[in-house]
Formats: sequence, structure tokens, C-alpha cells
Amino acid sequence: MALAKRTTDPALAALELPQGGAWASEARQAARARLAEMGLPGRRDEYWRYTDPTTLISTDPTPAKVGEADDIFAGTNALRLVFVDGVFDADASDGLDESGVEILQLADVTAKDIHWVKEFYGVLEAAGQVPVARPLAALNTATATQGAVIRATGKVSRPVHLIYLRRDETAEAVMHHVVRIEPGADLTLLESGAGAARLSTVMEVDVAEGAAFHHVRLQGRDHERRAATHCFARVAADARFKSFTLTLNGAMTRNETVLTLKGDGGVAHVAGAVVGDGDDFHQDDTVFVTHDAVGCESRQVFKKVLRNGATGVFQGKILVKPGAQKTDGYQISQSLLLDDDSRFLAKPELEIYADDVACSHGSTSGAIDDTALFYLRSRGVPERTATMLLTLAFLAESLAEIDDPALAEELRDRLEGWLARHH
Amino acid sequence: MLEIKGLKVKLEEEDKQILKGVDLTVETGKVHAIMGPNGSGKSTLSYVLSGRDGYEVTGGTATMDGVDLLALEPEERAAAGLFLAFQYPVEIPGVGNMTFLRTAVNAQRKARGEAELSAGDFLKVVRERAKALKIDADMLKRPVNVGFSGGEKKRNEILQMAMLEPRMCILDETDSGLDVDAMKLVADGVNALRAEGRSFLVITHYQRLLDHITPDVVHIMADGRIIRTGGPDLALEVEKNGYADILAETA
Ligand SMILES: Nc1ncnc2c1ncn2[C@@H]1O[C@H](COP(=O)(O)OP(=O)(O)OP(=O)(O)O)[C@@H](O)[C@H]1O
Ligand SMILES: [Mg+2]
Repeated sequence: MALAKRTTDPALAALELPQGGAWASEARQAARARLAEMGLPGRRDEYWRYTDPTTLISTDPTPAKVGEADDIFAGTNALRLVFVDGVFDADASDGLDESGVEILQLADVTAKDIHWVKEFYGVLEAAGQVPVARPLAALNTATATQGAVIRATGKVSRPVHLIYLRRDETAEAVMHHVVRIEPGADLTLLESGAGAARLSTVMEVDVAEGAAFHHVRLQGRDHERRAATHCFARVAADARFKSFTLTLNGAMTRNETVLTLKGDGGVAHVAGAVVGDGDDFHQDDTVFVTHDAVGCESRQVFKKVLRNGATGVFQGKILVKPGAQKTDGYQISQSLLLDDDSRFLAKPELEIYADDVACSHGSTSGAIDDTALFYLRSRGVPERTATMLLTLAFLAESLAEIDDPALAEELRDRLEGWLARHH
Repeated sequence: MLEIKGLKVKLEEEDKQILKGVDLTVETGKVHAIMGPNGSGKSTLSYVLSGRDGYEVTGGTATMDGVDLLALEPEERAAAGLFLAFQYPVEIPGVGNMTFLRTAVNAQRKARGEAELSAGDFLKVVRERAKALKIDADMLKRPVNVGFSGGEKKRNEILQMAMLEPRMCILDETDSGLDVDAMKLVADGVNALRAEGRSFLVITHYQRLLDHITPDVVHIMADGRIIRTGGPDLALEVEKNGYADILAETA
């Protein structure tokens, strides 16, 4: 809708693109053309009403203090790919030979003729621009030179861990990852780290028939960093997509997830837990799930704990296309407001064009349950601990979306630590 | 043990006086029962003693072994040895019953300067005490009171009491909603805890419970006051004749 009414923006149409690679140049030019047609996001755009895009599109990123590097998932036997201010650091990374998975760098493949990458780069992003424009994703496709190119061909026993380190207070990072999970293959992808003063990531994920993709992400640490992330996924028949994000800090975070269930019997879950402290915390989850096949299941589970004037946004949609019968769609977004200054803005949407479907959605906002708090305290649990238990209980449904118990436990510990510090 | 003198309590939000001067002393090692018509203020008394928000004390005192209870936070009262079995136990989705019990036990131990129980030791004790109350492993794993039947909730209260080993136990209608066998289990649980240094204040409407837990003293509460105090016979009298005579006497 927003696509048609604008005229091409000449400045964006003239945007300078990175050099190199015939197929990459074509893909970047196409992305630039999409962007020029859409224009950059503005407050009047339907899906930017609750989140001010100004700091995400300003010419230079707002400087952000560099915090300590995060060691999350350090105990997991993962294959580590380290990016510093958005640039791959081979020396800091593990060797990339692992059975069942090929891992390359976008910077290396743009000049190469790798069939699946060249056919795939920017494709899900482009498809995800309809019906809702996502200009920051097109900008990413047009300008990214860094990112991981991952193809899983079997059950990959070690998770692949993308670690985003920071060095420079003013760095901007633009990374574009492409992931293909071949039929029957299985991969867990971890992401963590602040990344840059301003981070833009796009991840395109193609989950083929009977394949499984698990994604667990921690967005934490640096309070001043800003990020716009996009995940575009296509889920084939009997395939499984699961994504969970824990957001702890950051001045601005916009996470967009665009999922399409393309084959019968597919499953797609996307979940998030957010704890935000302070009026300089703004976090936004914008999710669009399309059911375009029979008998698919989707779940959106988002829980936000907000205090001291923090803002949380949830915009989530389930679109059931004609013929997508036996759809099972679920969406819940809830906030726990620990004071009166914090805000939760939610826009849940359902659009259904099939008759034999079960879709439910709910959105709530509330404070800590006084009765439960008193019950715990009457058993000798100090108020602080009781509040923490109830807060973790509130977040539990989203954490339950993490399949791996060890990863879930680690994120739970991280949450507990955060809650203990921010009391 | 527990000494309440002239306790007057009104609602914080409303101009409504609920307790109008309660006098009550529970000696160490004794079991006292409180009976009284609906709405007379029995639960309010138990909440005020355990420190629930929403009430304003407008007069009187409540002490436990000389310590001013009303000046303590709810968790401090618990650590001092006060326990309330709720008339309506609270459901807490997302918090496992076992986690809840262990957190509570260890928080109290810590507050008293005792070492925390190891996970293994704790588990052993819980299993044994749960078994005596016919609380199965599944109920221990589930979120606190969520999906428990009325009777299961009441047994879960007694399990908490058994784990926390308080010195002053207030049971608010723990017998309501229990079947005959469960009543026996709960009474056995209480009787097992009856000891020299431990006192009970049992709020009930029925003689049934008092058949199993024989009280030393019975009080009748009406309209925010203790209007009559007597021996176990007083409960039998209420069972037989209701409150009409007693109310008429004091009116
Ligand atoms: N939070 C409250 N808001 C309004 N009224 C209240 C509140 N708490 C207590 N009351 C009122 O105070 C009175 C005493 O209530 P309480 O629950 O203490 O009675 P009770 O003796 O325990 O009765 P029951 O035998 O029915 O359990 C009642 O009239 C009740 O409606
Ligand atoms: Mg009552």
C-alpha cells in the first residue's frame, strides 16, 4: 500500500552502492530501486507510528559508549563467527570446517558464482516488502558488504554463533546474512552482542522441506546502541522455524520478523522477552506471519517488562491467505509495567481469508499482582526476590519457546542477573 | 506467644471499621480456635497479623514474644515464625511449587542466620512431608496452586507450614472444601506439628475440625470483637445452637 503512492526519491535512487560482483550489483541495484520507491520510514507510516525512525535513518549514527563484550553462550560448544563493528574478524573466529554446514562470508561470495546464494540474496527481503514496506531492509540489501552465508546440509551438531563486538563509538554496521537449511537438515543459530553504535542486520532464512531452524538471540549490554534488525523466513512443508530474542538494553531496538508458511504442515514460532529500564529505552517488535499453506502452526509470544519510563512496542499480524485451511495461529503480547511512567503500545492484527482456521490473539498490560506478592512475602520471601520470581514467571511463556534447555537456562540466569541489578 | 490488645483496624481505602478492639492472647504451646459469623472479621485479623496491605491499624497492639508484629514487613513476620494458612490460597502461574517452597525455606533460614538447605536435603524433606499429606510429585512440579482443586490447595498450605516449621500458625478455614479423608490428613498434619513451643490459632466454622484438633481455648468473634471465650465446649454449643444466643447475651 505504502509502495504505490510515493514517487521515486531521487536522492535514494542515486545512493552509492558498494563495488564488486556481477550478481551482487544487480541485487543491490534492485534493492536500491525498491528503496527509492518506498522512501525512508517516517512517523506517518502506519508501522512507524509508535517508533520514531529518526535515529535509525540519520546520516551519521549517534555515538554510543562501548561497553564490555558479552560472554553469553561461552559455555556452549558453538562455532564462533566474530564481527567487530560489523566486519568479519577471521582471526577471532573459529575455523569454519564443520560437517553438515558450509559457512562463507558475503564479502567473499559476491564475486563468485554460487548458485543458491546468487538466486537467493535479497529475494525474501523483496517478497517481504508486500503488503508492508520495510525500507530499512531494502537499504541493508543495497549496501551490505558483510554477513554470513550459511548452508546446512545435515543435522549440524554445533550451533553457529554470530558474535557482534564493538570497538568504535561511532561505527555503523550493516550485515546481511543468508541462511539455507536443506531438506531434512537442522541448524541452531545464536546471535549476541551490541554490534555497533548503529546496527542494521537482515537475515534471510530459507527452511526447506522437513528441515529445522532454531534461532536464539541476545540483544544486550550497551545502553546507547541502536539497532534495526530484520528476519525474513520462508518455511516449507513440514519444516520448523523457531526464533527467540532476549532484549536487555539499548536506546533503540526495532526487530522485524516476516515469516511465510509456504508448505503444508510447517511450523513457525517467534518469541521475545524484553526487560527495559529507563526513559531512554525503546524497543519494538514488529511481526508479520503469513499462512499460505494448509495445516500450519504459528505462534508469536512477546513479553515485556518495563520500568522507569521505558517504552515497549508490539505490532503483530497473522495473515491467513485463501486456502490456508486448518491454520493454527496464536499471538500473545503482554507487558508488565513496574511503574506508571512506562509504556506499552500494542497493535495486534488478524486478517483471515480461510474459513477452517483457529486463530487467537491477546494483548495485556498490567502491574505486579499484589495478592501473589503478598502470598510470597507471607512465606518469608523478601519483596525483592518475590518481585523477581513474579517477573520471571511473567516472562516464562516466552522463554519456554527456546527448545534447548541449556540455552534457556543461560538466558534465564542472565535475566535474573539483570533483574537483580536493576532493582 | 501472641498477644493482641485492643486491636482496631479499618480499611485503608474506605471509611469502614472492621476490627473494633480485639483482645486475644495465645499462650505458647496452646491451640486456640476462633469461630464467628461470616463477615465478623476473622480473616481480616489474620491478614493484619501477617502484614497484608490495604488495612490501617487505628488502635491497639499485636506482639509475638514481645516483638511488635505491626512494625515488621510480612517477610520479617514470617522469619520470626508467623504463618498464615490462607482461606483462599493464591495461584501463581509461572512459579513452580518446588521453587516456591525452596525459596521460602531458604529465605527464612537466611533471615535467621542459618545455612541454606542443599537442593538434595531439601528434596528429601519435601518428598517425605508431601507424602504424608498425599501430595504427589506432579503437584510439586506444577505452578503454585494453579489448577489445584480446593482441597489440594488446602493441603498445599499445610505442606508449606510443615516445611517452614513456624512457631505461631494461623489456619484460616483450612477445613473448608476438604473431604472427610483430606480433613483427617490435614488434622494429622497439624497434630504432628503440635509441640511445646508451637501455638495455633484455628479459624473455623465447624466442630468437625475441632473433633480432630482439640483446642485448648475457643473464642467467638462477632462484629470485629471477641465476644466470648471458653473451653472446647463452647464450640459444641455453637454447633448445636448457632450464634443467636451468644449474640443476644452480649448485645
Ligand atoms: N478489602 C476489603 N474491601 C471491602 N470490604 C472488606 C475488605 N476486607 C474485608 N472487608 C469486609 O470486612 C468484613 C470482615 O471480613 P472478613 O473477611 O474478615 O470476615 P470473616 O470473619 O473472615 O468472614 P468469613 O467467615 O465469611 O470468612 C466483611 O464485611 C468484609 O466484607
Ligand atoms: Mg474469612
